[in-house]
Amino acid sequence: MIRSNWKLAVAAVAILVVVVGVGCKKKHADPFPASGAIAGWEKTSETRVFAAKDLWQYIDGDAEQYISAGVVSTSTSDYKFQGQIEVVVDVYTMGDAAGASKILAKGQTKDANSVQLGDAGVSYAQSVIFRKGPYLVRIVAYESTPQAPQALLALAHGVEAKL
Amino acid sequence: MENRRDFLKTAAAGAVLLGSNSNLALAAAIDQHTEKGKSKVVVARDAALHTATGQLDEKRVADLLDRAIAAYTGRDKPAEAWKRIVPVGKVIGLKVNGLGGKPIATHLALTLAVCERLQKAGVKPSEIVVWESHRGDLERAGYTISTDRNRIRCIATDMEGYGHEEKPAAFGSVSVNFAKILTRECDFIINLPVLKDHELAGVTFSLKNFYGAVQRPGELHANGCNPAVADLNCIPALRDKFRLTIGDATASIYEGGPGYRPEHLWYPNALIVGQDPVAIDYIGWQIIAKKRAELGLPTLESAGRPTTFLTTAADAAHKLGTNDPKRIHLMEI
Repeated sequence: MIRSNWKLAVAAVAILVVVVGVGCKKKHADPFPASGAIAGWEKTSETRVFAAKDLWQYIDGDAEQYISAGVVSTSTSDYKFQGQIEVVVDVYTMGDAAGASKILAKGQTKDANSVQLGDAGVSYAQSVIFRKGPYLVRIVAYESTPQAPQALLALAHGVEAKL
Repeated sequence: MENRRDFLKTAAAGAVLLGSNSNLALAAAIDQHTEKGKSKVVVARDAALHTATGQLDEKRVADLLDRAIAAYTGRDKPAEAWKRIVPVGKVIGLKVNGLGGKPIATHLALTLAVCERLQKAGVKPSEIVVWESHRGDLERAGYTISTDRNRIRCIATDMEGYGHEEKPAAFGSVSVNFAKILTRECDFIINLPVLKDHELAGVTFSLKNFYGAVQRPGELHANGCNPAVADLNCIPALRDKFRLTIGDATASIYEGGPGYRPEHLWYPNALIVGQDPVAIDYIGWQIIAKKRAELGLPTLESAGRPTTFLTTAADAAHKLGTNDPKRIHLMEI
């Protein structure tokens, strides 16, 4: 009986270690493709990470909608396409998929194009937004150019593959 | 000699409502054609300010600024007009907003034009400070950091040597630690905010731009930023230094703000000038409301973010200005 309990305890600890390990791995996953990993795209800044309590430092005034939707942390990095189109990639790690879904559903306009990215996504002339599990990804270009929509989608697929 | 009470009756209401000695001279300088008892707000537009590809025409921005200031002061010559606005020998802080990145920050072309005109009015380069909360925001908005005290400085609170006051300042519901750039580096502030939709407050423009002057602005967002916006702007360390708003509405966000949302970007192609920040914000709100109506979007109130902070800012406890359209002398040029 004692031996059986001991085995159960070891098994429980092992499972816990695996679960925690996977959880930690996800939290620290780097979703940002390196320069050149996606054709034409260069990563032009260090990745900055903001915990929920510090999110105002990045998006003051915008932070509350993410906090109320259960954001855990936010990672952001700048990119440039062919040395011309400047882009910001924001990856919001929410507490669950429902939080990501809530943000994605907000503020969509009639000209939103549905795209096959993650669990759901939309694109505009200068931005792509999608969710995958607890992640909400927003990719925004500073300029509108004819090649921007396709280039943004390519980058978005690159980010999706790393989530 | 005209006492303060008499002055209240005769000068431009916007300056009066601000209640600061620093603003009295400017109030007297405002075009005498301003209807008495009203806050003057100039909305200067140029439909060709942006090219077809969305590029801002810098020369036209400078010309639009001149037109706006001329209309506001009633002086045709820019240098003469600016002399009425800024005192000699004082350090002028230009509070820009870099939060949304280059497309929706205070445009560099506008800031440079203001700097140039200040200098033509006799302000030394060393007496001009362009500032914002975060260095990164300034750089992403296209500004070049400069700390040389012999030149125009472009600095941020999070840079080494600046930071926030250790002792908080308070009014009403707020207790904040102001940026030392505001409290120690600048004698007067010209506010250069950006007109945007705001997720919580409804609209962000003149009053709310000073969230970038405190240490923990995240704590001031409860209840649609009300009454925090009004309370913050009533603190003497800020209120007594505020001089003029030159609002950047060349590009704006009508939905999803205050972050940059290119899908909700449009070009009002306007500069909005005035000394009454409540009146300025009221007019900015109307511009966004009109755009939303054109697009069939719900009103900000229906969308759950009424601009109640404006009512508070105008109430008897704050007296920051007026949100009553009947008391706003709107000049659209």
